[in-house]
Amino acid sequence: MLRMILRRLMLGAITVGLVSLIIFAAVEALPGDACTALLKQDAQGQRLLNCRQELGLDRAAPLRYLDWASAALRGDLGFSAHSTKRISVLVADRLKNSLLLGITALAVGLPLAFIAGILAALRRDKWLDLVLSALAIGAMTIPEFVSATLLILVFSGWLGWLPGIVLTPADAPLSKFFPEIILPVAALAMVMTAHILRTVRSSMIEVLDSDYVRMATLKGVPYRTMVWRHVLPNALLPAINVVALTVAWLLGGVVVIEMVFNYPGLGRLMIGAISDRDLALVQAIALIVASVYVVVNLTADLLTLVANPRLRTAAGRRT
Amino acid sequence: MKGAGQSRGVIRTLREMASRPSGAIGLFLVLLHVFIAIASPWLVPFDFKAISASLILSPPDSTHWWGTDHLGRDVLTRTLLGGREAILVTLVATPLAVLWGGFVGIYLGLVGGKLDDVLMRVVDAFLALPWILKMLLLIATFGSGIEVLIPTLAVFYGIPVIRIARAAAHNVVARDFVLAARARGHGRLAIIRRELLPNVLDALMVEGAMRWSWMLLAFSSLSFLGFGVSPPTPDWGLMVADSRTFLAIAPWSGLYPIVALSSLIIGINLTADALAKTLGVDRAQKAPI
Amino acid sequence: MPLIDIRDLSIGFASRAGAMLPVLRNIDFQIRRGETVGLVGESGSGKSTLALAAMGYLKTGLQVMGGSVHFGEHEMFSLSRPALESIRGGEVALVPQNSGQSLTPTLRVGRQLLEAVALHSALPPAQHAHRVTELLRQVRLPEPETIAARYPHELSGGQQQRVAIAMALAGEPDVLLLDEPTTGLDVTTQAHILELLRDINRQTGTAMVYVSHDLGAIARVCDRVVVLYAGEVVLAGSTRQVLLTPAHPYARGLLASIPRLSEASLPSALPGRPPMPGGAGAGCSFADRCGLAEPTCRSSRPPLLALADGASTRCHFHERTSELVVTRPKLSAASAQVAGLAPALTLDGLAISYARANLLQQLLGRRPDVPHTVADINLRVSAGETIGLVGESGSGKSSILKAVAGLNPPVAGQLGLGGGDALAPNVDQRPPDHLRRIQLIFQNPDDSLNPRHTVAEILAQPLQLYFGLSGDALHARSVELLERVRLGAHYLDRLPSQMSGGEKQRIAIARAFAAEPDIVLCDEVTSALDVSVQAAVLELLNELKRDKGTTYLFVSHDLAVVRALADRVAVLYQGRLCEIGPAAEVYATPSHPYTEVLLGAVLEPVPDKAPILLADDIVELAPPAQGCPFQRRCPKKVGDICVTTAPPWQMAPSGHGICCHIPRNQLMPSDMEAQGHD
Repeated sequence: MLRMILRRLMLGAITVGLVSLIIFAAVEALPGDACTALLKQDAQGQRLLNCRQELGLDRAAPLRYLDWASAALRGDLGFSAHSTKRISVLVADRLKNSLLLGITALAVGLPLAFIAGILAALRRDKWLDLVLSALAIGAMTIPEFVSATLLILVFSGWLGWLPGIVLTPADAPLSKFFPEIILPVAALAMVMTAHILRTVRSSMIEVLDSDYVRMATLKGVPYRTMVWRHVLPNALLPAINVVALTVAWLLGGVVVIEMVFNYPGLGRLMIGAISDRDLALVQAIALIVASVYVVVNLTADLLTLVANPRLRTAAGRRT
Repeated sequence: MKGAGQSRGVIRTLREMASRPSGAIGLFLVLLHVFIAIASPWLVPFDFKAISASLILSPPDSTHWWGTDHLGRDVLTRTLLGGREAILVTLVATPLAVLWGGFVGIYLGLVGGKLDDVLMRVVDAFLALPWILKMLLLIATFGSGIEVLIPTLAVFYGIPVIRIARAAAHNVVARDFVLAARARGHGRLAIIRRELLPNVLDALMVEGAMRWSWMLLAFSSLSFLGFGVSPPTPDWGLMVADSRTFLAIAPWSGLYPIVALSSLIIGINLTADALAKTLGVDRAQKAPI
Repeated sequence: MPLIDIRDLSIGFASRAGAMLPVLRNIDFQIRRGETVGLVGESGSGKSTLALAAMGYLKTGLQVMGGSVHFGEHEMFSLSRPALESIRGGEVALVPQNSGQSLTPTLRVGRQLLEAVALHSALPPAQHAHRVTELLRQVRLPEPETIAARYPHELSGGQQQRVAIAMALAGEPDVLLLDEPTTGLDVTTQAHILELLRDINRQTGTAMVYVSHDLGAIARVCDRVVVLYAGEVVLAGSTRQVLLTPAHPYARGLLASIPRLSEASLPSALPGRPPMPGGAGAGCSFADRCGLAEPTCRSSRPPLLALADGASTRCHFHERTSELVVTRPKLSAASAQVAGLAPALTLDGLAISYARANLLQQLLGRRPDVPHTVADINLRVSAGETIGLVGESGSGKSSILKAVAGLNPPVAGQLGLGGGDALAPNVDQRPPDHLRRIQLIFQNPDDSLNPRHTVAEILAQPLQLYFGLSGDALHARSVELLERVRLGAHYLDRLPSQMSGGEKQRIAIARAFAAEPDIVLCDEVTSALDVSVQAAVLELLNELKRDKGTTYLFVSHDLAVVRALADRVAVLYQGRLCEIGPAAEVYATPSHPYTEVLLGAVLEPVPDKAPILLADDIVELAPPAQGCPFQRRCPKKVGDICVTTAPPWQMAPSGHGICCHIPRNQLMPSDMEAQGHD
């Protein structure tokens, strides 16, 4: 089993490496570079050449990639051309904010999704299931910016209960973000809960229809015990992967929510960086987000390995 | 005994889909939107660009049935026209995405081996980047005209299709009739065309429908953020963004485009659901991209 | 008072159109304490539904249309859930068909047994663990503590089945319901499990309801037999009565269609196939296939009549059943003249390996150091001959077929075709002519036909590929092929989902013969079919061979089927040949010890015939590194020589060879035959 874990880790590292290559190549392909962004109108002639020489941009691409990659591994992501601050400092603040948002959304959404998904499956096709499934589909299909906008309209505009925009600055301590964080978390949690609910529900239904659950029933196992002991462990296993995907999405794909609520997270920083052509920053953010995605998926993979007896004893897998 | 004939004609599939409530509603919504997208220039009462300082944010009345927005433009007109570019772009990009992603995926599913290993790593790496980053980088470079958006969306959204087509192909390749075809000496291309494709097509079609809805979501989100359609072209995403500041006092300026967009996406999802049930495809719920 | 009393039970489901389609009709069935009753039927007979109904369980979609099921005084379908939970597992227990899938994958086996004990046993909790070990010992699982600590997927099929039986016995039930408990298990494993069941019945007095399509298994375990057809009881009686003097044409036909070890001819086939639920008309459900059918049979449904000797039958003309002439077609004359003809196929030192090199070995360019899965296969198949390859799981018989077909390149050895041509190991390297001359038919017709293709398209593929036919010529030839397999031209538009298993297999056969092959590789082609349909397919294969002189490589685990069709038989164990020769000689003595074990374990539908269990039923995962492949289980193992040295081939002039250290004349039937159970 150790071999399988190592293999997964290696694959994860390769993926991150590939990602960094793709990012670097993509950014290279774009017109302009850090110097044109820095000097803006003055970016021409000798000044441009000097700048390039100074920043080491006149060297060959593969060398620059290696420089960047090795620095990144050490935690040094370079300087932001736009604000001339160290990128690691800039990103650290935003990262912590995004993490706050993400983890709160998870803490709210996950339990909700699991409980609702399990209940919906146990009461399949009854009214509870129909209502929950309809709600889930609704939350999944309505675009995030729409649900976010509607939430602001209702809770901030009409009812005035909660602030609609986040005004707290990026480097403020986490506690200051409350109560502004409530609506963004709600918007995030809505979509996330819907996806996980659907997956949990269909996984539960599949297990409820299985031969071994039928056998447990015919063995005389009481209903509640059967659900706890035979159904849940088997049904929740596949959900791990969807949770992983969702967690990864939370960090990277919540850009829209951050824009709507003006939340000072990694997503908003990224949009700003692209608009400003601050390429070093874009590269850095992309690398971080992609790495988180890979790490989360890896964790899910490993968790599944540990939790699923069939995979654990892969050496003994036969018959 | 299973229902007679799994290779139904298109008409029969549609009819069976329409017999389900989800299918009926879904098909209606989708067709309605497509019709409006095509016919709206001749249906709209006003010029979508017509600004009027005096009519800013006026509520719905007998002239402007759906009110006006913050620049005095007619909301009804702009809503009816607002889906045109989105639907046009996505309706072209989706089949392209499914075609190229499907072919690559099926090929990889059949061939496997080193090529499969390498390509899937690249696919994984690509999918590790948030979609918005990828889209924005391209738009920042090449602009947001439809000549950029269509190929971009087609390429980017084809990549998850590779995964799905490959998984579907794996299921089929393991079956004896593919082995039988190989034993007879049929070539790879023939096997893909005759054995794999007909069996994978159903899953691909359902996936195609879902791709369309996610592409629309992406498109509107981009417009919302200001990176998509440029004003004054009407677009639902853009309209929602514009109306945000005034939503509390003039909800009509934002609510109608919201209803329009949401109804289309819900319609597509319902249709995909009915299609999946009719064709007997098992739909795993996946997060978009 | 009977333990289970089923009266006039009818169960059905609602069709799309709203009509109720019956799966079971007016079933009367009782079982008393200590009795063993067999429920025999083919697909569509409703036997599994009946067994589950005895526990008050219906699969989703089924409803009770009438009648009752009583367990003791309780009416099972009106009981409350807690009452049902207490009876199920406690007084009535089920041994399911596919134990591998019926055991919860995330719980250890011991835990699941403990659960059963805790629910239904009267023992105090402190003794539950001990009871679990006891139960595992009762089902003859060695090292019960180790087994209890394992997960279900870590056990072999036979072990899983025994665990399921142990779980069922945990509550010391009065009745055991067994739903095809030995399907999919090896012959030797099956025989052992059936003996176990007999012993349990004798020692504990537990009644048993044994549901199966296999009359041989039922003959071994049951005192009484109930035959179901199309959801009805058509015959009931003691095992002797049903097997020796069946008073119903279906039962008679069914028995006649089962191939027997002792007969070298084909079984006679029952025409047609069982009807679908709701498909039976107003009259007797068997009328369409019955040789005695009269107009009365089609208009009025026969009632279940009680006969003088205690049996009961549902037939208007049951006294005339013995008149049904059962012809067993002789094997084709062509098969007798195969010796001396040119070889159609040669296998020289063929070896196949599934072991894959790990990373280190790949880098060093080395192969993994494990014994090959299949090795030393030398075979010379004459033109027009039928060679049977028999063995159990792990014998490598299917692998050999796939290697001949080019789908599984061998790791050593040569393949030769017909007049001295070498056969390329990989399908991609073979010229079209070679591809055409070798055709493969698979086991499962559901899987070997593309569900999206019509029969016309399926047949068109080889015709276009090998002969370039199209248009009218193609159509004409397709119709010809269909008629050759006794299916009409109207099948051309059908899809696989619209055909029965037997029909699909005929299409697969037609597809193979469309290429006009020299050699047809048959991979367990009758194993997935109903018994009454098997015989028809065998007959068809025989006819085709007679007409075209085709050579068959016929793989099967069913020794009786192979006996019916093969000229020569090769016995395989763990990928090595043990014995080969003319069928009559291989099935007689002297035999290789493994052949003896195999033959002894075969269950025939003959009452009072005990199988001879020699070896235990351990499933071996891989062949030993050196010496005889059978060394670990052989009841006649001589000594160290069996472990260290590969045994020599002892050939008789007839071509009958045995690969064993023991001299031929000493390989007579084992003394244990005298001690066989019963």
